[in-house]
Amino acid sequence: MTSPTHMTLAQARDALAKREMSARELAEAHLAAVEAARPLNAFTVETPEKALSMAEASDERLAKGEGRPLEGIPLGIKDLFCTEGVASTAGSRMLKDFKPTYESTVTANLWRDGAVLLGKLNMDEFAMGSSNMTSAYGGVENPWRAEGSDKKLVAGGSSGGSAAAVAARCALGTTGTDTGGSIRQPAAFTGIVGMKPTYGRCSRWGIVSFASSLDQAGPMARSVRDCAILLRSMSGHDPKDSTSIEQPVPDFEKALTGDIRGLKVGIPKEYRVDGMSEELERLWQQGIDWLRAAGAEIIDISLPHTSYALPTYYIVASAEASSNLARYDGVRYGLRVEGDSLDEMYEATRGAGFGREVKRRILIGTYVLSAGYYDAYYNKARQVRTLIARDFGQAYEKVDVILTPTTPGPAFPMGEKMDDPIAMYLNDVFTVPASLAGQPAISVPAGLSEQGLPLGLQLIGRAFDEQTVLRAAGVLEEAAQFTAEPAFVAGA
Amino acid sequence: MSVDLGTVRHIAKLARLHVEQEQAEALVGELNKILGWVEQLGELDTTGVPPMTSVVERSQPLREDVVTEEDSNSAVLANAPDSAHGFFVVPKVVE
Repeated sequence: MTSPTHMTLAQARDALAKREMSARELAEAHLAAVEAARPLNAFTVETPEKALSMAEASDERLAKGEGRPLEGIPLGIKDLFCTEGVASTAGSRMLKDFKPTYESTVTANLWRDGAVLLGKLNMDEFAMGSSNMTSAYGGVENPWRAEGSDKKLVAGGSSGGSAAAVAARCALGTTGTDTGGSIRQPAAFTGIVGMKPTYGRCSRWGIVSFASSLDQAGPMARSVRDCAILLRSMSGHDPKDSTSIEQPVPDFEKALTGDIRGLKVGIPKEYRVDGMSEELERLWQQGIDWLRAAGAEIIDISLPHTSYALPTYYIVASAEASSNLARYDGVRYGLRVEGDSLDEMYEATRGAGFGREVKRRILIGTYVLSAGYYDAYYNKARQVRTLIARDFGQAYEKVDVILTPTTPGPAFPMGEKMDDPIAMYLNDVFTVPASLAGQPAISVPAGLSEQGLPLGLQLIGRAFDEQTVLRAAGVLEEAAQFTAEPAFVAGA
Repeated sequence: MSVDLGTVRHIAKLARLHVEQEQAEALVGELNKILGWVEQLGELDTTGVPPMTSVVERSQPLREDVVTEEDSNSAVLANAPDSAHGFFVVPKVVE
């Protein structure tokens, strides 16, 4: 039998159902891996006692033949999700001692289906970042190393802990959230699969808000199938989130038929950006060839407003963030720094609680929403967002899914790009458009760079058509046969 | 449009955000760079284009107006930095 930490989630699920191992054994193996991987700084909190008691409850159910869809599956949870009685910091000093008295809907759904909590995962502060370096608890180290180098690389962000934990074999799957690429970019950097579902597919209730019109939870795991399994449990309408959609949740795993004959795959010419590296162009072409060989029809398309997506995103996301983060006022929860007046208390609290990137975005957001600038910046960006969504709408008249690279390059060294916000933002150039248009998108590890680092390909699909995205991703995964392992792997 | 130190101070005040002098000076350059970069949106003619309000089209959902939570005063106050007699405590606001 494969070592429990090296199984896919689907393999572990089947082994548990057949009673080839116990949920307790599976949890213990993963807890040991979590401990061994501490140098990566992927976890902000470990919950071994909780994990073991949840695993024991799963074993009782399995013994009675009452296993649920995720019975006994050990997962890590991004620290943006509120977990009852377990610290939920959002990677910020502001919420250092925050222990929610309630459970987010997405995590409640996972526990309802039998999953086991290993701990909470490090992330960029309030999910603002593409490197995980803005976390108040330190950056997350990528378990991968470039060939012949021992330089520490970023795990990507903002769901960097979630990505590193899965890549290092500490968890069978994790939750992430994606506002402009925060699931897909770290997934690509660490050689795993990460999916941002359609906006509204998963409830945002109990997830610390960053940019409410963009934030969406999604699964991260080592295979497309594992993501499909997790997504089914995470999804569903929630009366507590009026933007969650009242649609039945399909059995996403059933979408993985391996048959994409006749599927129309769009290749957007605007994604062939200036200075794209040769290795990335090669990988993209390889992806095109794989899908064509499997019977898909490849069609050139145009998404003319692509180059405006990033600036649009930074206006919209910062504006929403400045409004959402107004709640951290030192009164109801989180940090408080005393001052002589209420205003001074607010200012001192927020000055001490927020890190540099968060402050920068709050200020940008406040500026673009302020009198005199609202129309020039914020409204303009919302108009361009309409144009970007229309681009996709027109593309889907001709194609079913769109294939692009996930990131402009592989993981970069920790500490790089920190002084240049725009260079950091450019990491999300290929992921932001689908976020602005609310569409489902997945990153699949497709190959290694010349330095031996993972590179991902992205598939984007129509709103609420995760099944087609997953089906195509499954074919891509099968063709890519990505079996390379990172330099650091926890457990046997 | 260019941001100066006074503007940084003004928006920091609007955002109730204490910013150290040194950081405020650095922010002048950073914000100007970011705002200069986003200004490329001005190249696009958006006359008559409706600003996006909802990314996924749907009608506004309504639910029954009923009480769904029991009294949760202690849970609400559990994370408060300061509370007394079932209330949040803030610095004095009325002289």
